[in-house]
Amino acid sequence: MKRVILLMAVLLMAVGAYAQTTVEFWHAMTGHNGEMVQAICDQFNASQKDYKVVPVYKGSYSDTMNAGIAAYRAGQPPAIIQVYEVGTATMMAAKNAVKPVYQLMAENNMKWDSSIYIPTIKSYYSTSDGRMLSMPFNSSTAVMYYNKDAFRKAGLDPEKPPVTWPEFFEVAKKLKASGMEGGFTTNWISWIQLENFSAWHNLPFGTRSNGFDGLDTQLVFNSPIHVRHFQNIYDLSKTGVFIYGGRENKANPLFTSGRVGMHFESIGGYGNMKATCKFDFGVARLPYYPDVPGAPQNSIIGGASLWVFNGKSKAEYKTVAEFFNFISQPETQALWHKETGYLPITQAAYELTKSQGYYEKNPGLEVAIKQLLNKAPTANSMGIRFGNFNIIREIEDQTWEEILAGKISVKDGLDKMVREGNKTLREFEKLYK
Amino acid sequence: MTEQQKIDRTAHRAKAIRRMFPHIMLWIGIVIILFPIYFIFSASSHTSAEIQAAPMPLNIGPHLIENYRQALFKGTQNMGTPVLTMLKNSLIMALGISVGKIVISLMAAFAIVFFKFPLRNFCFWSIFITLMLPVEVRIMPTYKVVADLGLLNTYAGLILPMIVSATAVFLFRQFFMSIPREIAEASQIDGATPMQFFRYILAPMTRTPIAAMFVIQFIYGWNQYLWPLLITTKPEFYTLLIGINRMMSGADVQIEWQIAMATTLLAMLPPVIVVVLMQKQFIAGMTETEK
Amino acid sequence: MSKQYEFKASILPYLLVLPQMVIVFVFFFWPAGQAVLQSFYLQDPFGGKMIFVGFQNYSKLLADPDYWQSFSVSTAFAVCITLGAMAISLFLAIQANKKIRFASFYKTMLIWPYAVSTLVAGVIWLFMFNPNVGVIAYVLKHTFHVDWQYLLNFNQAFLLLTLAATWKQLAYNFVFFLAGLQSVPATLIEAAEIDGAKSGTRFWKIIFPLLSPTTFYLLVMNLVYGFFETFPIVHSITQGAPGKSTAILVYKVWRDGVINLDLGSSAAQSVILMLLVIMLTVFQFRFIERRVTY
Repeated sequence: MKRVILLMAVLLMAVGAYAQTTVEFWHAMTGHNGEMVQAICDQFNASQKDYKVVPVYKGSYSDTMNAGIAAYRAGQPPAIIQVYEVGTATMMAAKNAVKPVYQLMAENNMKWDSSIYIPTIKSYYSTSDGRMLSMPFNSSTAVMYYNKDAFRKAGLDPEKPPVTWPEFFEVAKKLKASGMEGGFTTNWISWIQLENFSAWHNLPFGTRSNGFDGLDTQLVFNSPIHVRHFQNIYDLSKTGVFIYGGRENKANPLFTSGRVGMHFESIGGYGNMKATCKFDFGVARLPYYPDVPGAPQNSIIGGASLWVFNGKSKAEYKTVAEFFNFISQPETQALWHKETGYLPITQAAYELTKSQGYYEKNPGLEVAIKQLLNKAPTANSMGIRFGNFNIIREIEDQTWEEILAGKISVKDGLDKMVREGNKTLREFEKLYK
Repeated sequence: MTEQQKIDRTAHRAKAIRRMFPHIMLWIGIVIILFPIYFIFSASSHTSAEIQAAPMPLNIGPHLIENYRQALFKGTQNMGTPVLTMLKNSLIMALGISVGKIVISLMAAFAIVFFKFPLRNFCFWSIFITLMLPVEVRIMPTYKVVADLGLLNTYAGLILPMIVSATAVFLFRQFFMSIPREIAEASQIDGATPMQFFRYILAPMTRTPIAAMFVIQFIYGWNQYLWPLLITTKPEFYTLLIGINRMMSGADVQIEWQIAMATTLLAMLPPVIVVVLMQKQFIAGMTETEK
Repeated sequence: MSKQYEFKASILPYLLVLPQMVIVFVFFFWPAGQAVLQSFYLQDPFGGKMIFVGFQNYSKLLADPDYWQSFSVSTAFAVCITLGAMAISLFLAIQANKKIRFASFYKTMLIWPYAVSTLVAGVIWLFMFNPNVGVIAYVLKHTFHVDWQYLLNFNQAFLLLTLAATWKQLAYNFVFFLAGLQSVPATLIEAAEIDGAKSGTRFWKIIFPLLSPTTFYLLVMNLVYGFFETFPIVHSITQGAPGKSTAILVYKVWRDGVINLDLGSSAAQSVILMLLVIMLTVFQFRFIERRVTY
């Protein structure tokens, strides 16, 4: 008898599967984060039987985006694609290729209110008049990680991480003097030390509200304060207090293997830090220069959002809308937030996590949220939106290496980044005018 | 000791050194080649944390079996495709490319060498121009073409663009040209059709170059990287090298080096077996075609 | 070739070349044509907008000092790999071709790495020399006090890439040299030995000229390898760092096209590279053809 019931269940499921609409969701999440994407899709698929979302891991962010673009050109795009923040302007400019989220939600009569999302996150993915174009998914911000054991060994208070940059550099020197290979390193030189640095000090990264107000924007991150900051890091690289670890997130092993005591990395890397660090570590806010008026302002997000491709069927769009609604639920968000370290995208999810007492045990995660919500965002700290931003970041990475290698002075290097970056901005403008 | 004895001894020693010389040199060569391989083998026997704790231990760690089991049957966290699945795809791709290329190249070379027809030169040059053109330099447009043909995520899409290059046509052509034409003439006089000549005389003669070509193309196919990277969007079509790439990229996480290294070693095995087993024919084939 | 016997048939040869021709046209000429076309346009990645710009993509490239820098690094890279890999392989092949004990063991040990892919070679060398995790990097730094940071030091980066690429190419060259040496008639070598020629002279005067077809073939193949097939090595080890000083031509094509989505420029670079390879091919062909008809 049991077997018959089982058989019937299987048959029913098969029939159900037959009527289901299935859409693909291409993403770049790996490791535990990748498992959580799978888990959330599984939950969604199990929660009803009309729709099914199939997550497909497509490699790095740029691999994923390129695969999506190539597939769009080939006429076979997935319904949903995860695009990293640097691809935002490119996706926005591709008006024919994407279906804006606000439109998707309206067409499918979803009860959906975009004001539930955290302002800094929402604004990053919206038009300047507030219409949301893509669905925030994994949002993170840059924070400082520090090795508490190393602090103790150097005679520093592990509960008092440095707050300002001058303090930070002193601590870094002490850490090196205590026998570490170096004091600090950083990932994502552009995102953390230029973009977040600018927002955190309420300085413009580019004109026209960091590109939000139009394509005729210019980069301006070669101000004296930027130059001073880079000069400080450069000077410390000469004495080995700063160690360069490579582009993107390649510097991680320097911190996780205990060779440097402080590190800048996305809060999205929190889970990974927990898994790989064999020592006690803490998370702190980004340092700031106290003489800069308005600092600290608020940091900006990074990570990725979900875009919807054009040209899909009604049933597919319905599936996507239902899925987006599902992932915006406080419970889903809280789970995602706790498991991955990415920020909750809605205020409700933050409150829920807080009420569960989660931050008492994991203060690091709240540091990031508080930093993001520190003050109401200004034109300098809403986010950044530049076309060809991938190329601009690459120019920054390359020039930073030239600075460290002593090929070019700090000032000239930053000027060069701005000059070359502006050239690519003009090309983008020409194409999309 | 007399002077003579001394001289003898020096001469003897010189001779011994001369005799040992090739052995020493070859061993140095072998060590240079093997050391990196041992290194990844060692890495595949540790945990990820051990590998990242500089300096990494160089012994064989206790996690060998566990790592290989995970690689073979599970894959990494981010890359749930196990090696066994990818092994199948890599094999299909490598065999498809090698066999497909050999078949069409034999036919083309046969036509070009043994037949006279108006478009022969045109055909030859059209094929020949692709001799050394790596797919990397024309990858985007090729992708578009394959997509237009609806071949994304198919074995045909993986294989067909890879059999373009003219290396095989060229080598078979070289070999055919070294065959005395009297044989063809005689077979014709005996009443054999060209295809019979091809089937019963030419093909058997070409056995060694075919074997050599098989080795070359199998390795070439097995080691394709950029192309499958672009056109396989479904995990069930991943090849081993794509798997390695997938394991080593991704946002906001650390690489599971130990599994990536185990997969790397496993990915090397099948082509190495092919090369070692077919070594004799391989070299002999090269000797015959490279005249 | 003219007096040679040839079959006469009207349709059969066409049927025979048809599959190869179809493949070549569909997967080579068609995409190559598209590349040429694209190289005259400024294009948005989604293919929505195309602005005809004439030769602008080309003129921009040729006026860009970075492109020429990439060109010269690629050349230096290809030349170093070619010379290094060929010299070492030839030397090893000569040793292995001697009548010594364990010769077949040695041969096998040196031939099998032919199966190692370029990507794997890149990954292995990255893993050994990466300043953050690599064991050799650690030894260099802590035992020999070398300031090992190839991400900031061009010479180190170039050296590492060259070593990795050369290492990968050794077995390939070894196979061909060995095959070449084996086709040298043993009597010739013996005759020279009886004449009492010193082994060095014997080699350069008698054997090396006989090897010249192989050497020439390998020269071209190694150059092509160094120029175009080392992409996975650069991709996995330096990604063009420091700055973009090790971004070789094919890496740049890929980077500009696939990552930076600058399709027009990438297409123009593809076209230039294709012309370059075709020139090399024709050059090689002329050489081989002369030999064959003599």
